[in-house]
Amino acid sequence: MKARVHVMLKDGVLDPQGEAVKHALGTLGFSGVEGVRQGKVIELDLAATDRAAAEAEVKAMCEKLLANTVIEKYTVELTGETA
Amino acid sequence: MKAAVITFPGSNCDRDLAVAFEKAGADVVRVWHKDADLPRGIDIVGIPGGFSFGDYLRCGAIAAQSPVMRSVADFVHAGGHAIGICNGFQVLTETGLLPGALMRNAGLKFVCKPVDLRVATADSVFTSGWAAGDLVRVPIAHHDGNYTIDAEGLARLRDEDRIAFTYVDNPNGATADIAGVLSGNRRVLGMMPHPERVVEAAQGGTGGAVLFRSLMSAMALA
Repeated sequence: MKARVHVMLKDGVLDPQGEAVKHALGTLGFSGVEGVRQGKVIELDLAATDRAAAEAEVKAMCEKLLANTVIEKYTVELTGETA
Repeated sequence: MKAAVITFPGSNCDRDLAVAFEKAGADVVRVWHKDADLPRGIDIVGIPGGFSFGDYLRCGAIAAQSPVMRSVADFVHAGGHAIGICNGFQVLTETGLLPGALMRNAGLKFVCKPVDLRVATADSVFTSGWAAGDLVRVPIAHHDGNYTIDAEGLARLRDEDRIAFTYVDNPNGATADIAGVLSGNRRVLGMMPHPERVVEAAQGGTGGAVLFRSLMSAMALA
């Protein structure tokens, strides 16, 4: 099973990189970009076959390491064969 | 005073920190991050600046999971002292031993220059050599020093007088100009500027030596 973790800054947290990208898009002539938020995607190959157990485990990974929950939020997406 | 200075792969201010402790009169033990136990009888742990684990994932995030950090957490929870400078500050926030987080500088650039700090409280073993309001010039060198904390956390820091240093001219977008913060028991300090880089005249300043001397006199009395 594969897991894809999306880590994004929380809504209230200013994203200086997203702001810079937004500015650069405007400079390139892409008008109408009202906001840009930059995050990261982490893909995991898991040995687990039980979907619920895998989801719980990946969430634990997010809480302990993959995201800093002081400033970041995350979502977990599971794909691939399940038992 | 006996200090333990930790080295992670990618630390680059560990020797400077050890020398700063030694110049203040401390005995220093160097500790590798894979050592699961801290040396016995130490008074303080120093977590140095640098780029531990190449800043992969987030600055300090991988180092925070190193075996030695479990011992550091135990040491701190038992009332031990610790100082984290630059990357060491990032490691301490990633372990949850200090509140908040250090984000990418608001200007997105690595900033490397001397800055003026205001001593925000003299009520700690780290800052007792100054008076609140004193200015000290200390170098910064970081890409991710933009201290971020939510409104509730900031209110708590202010109410408990736990902001140790603020920038006179904010170089990185840090919330409330914060350059360094103390733990709830005032025994853990995290700061982005590098006091260990200004402990003798040949380095261009001696302002940082005040911090190490303050520590030394506090530990001598303990």
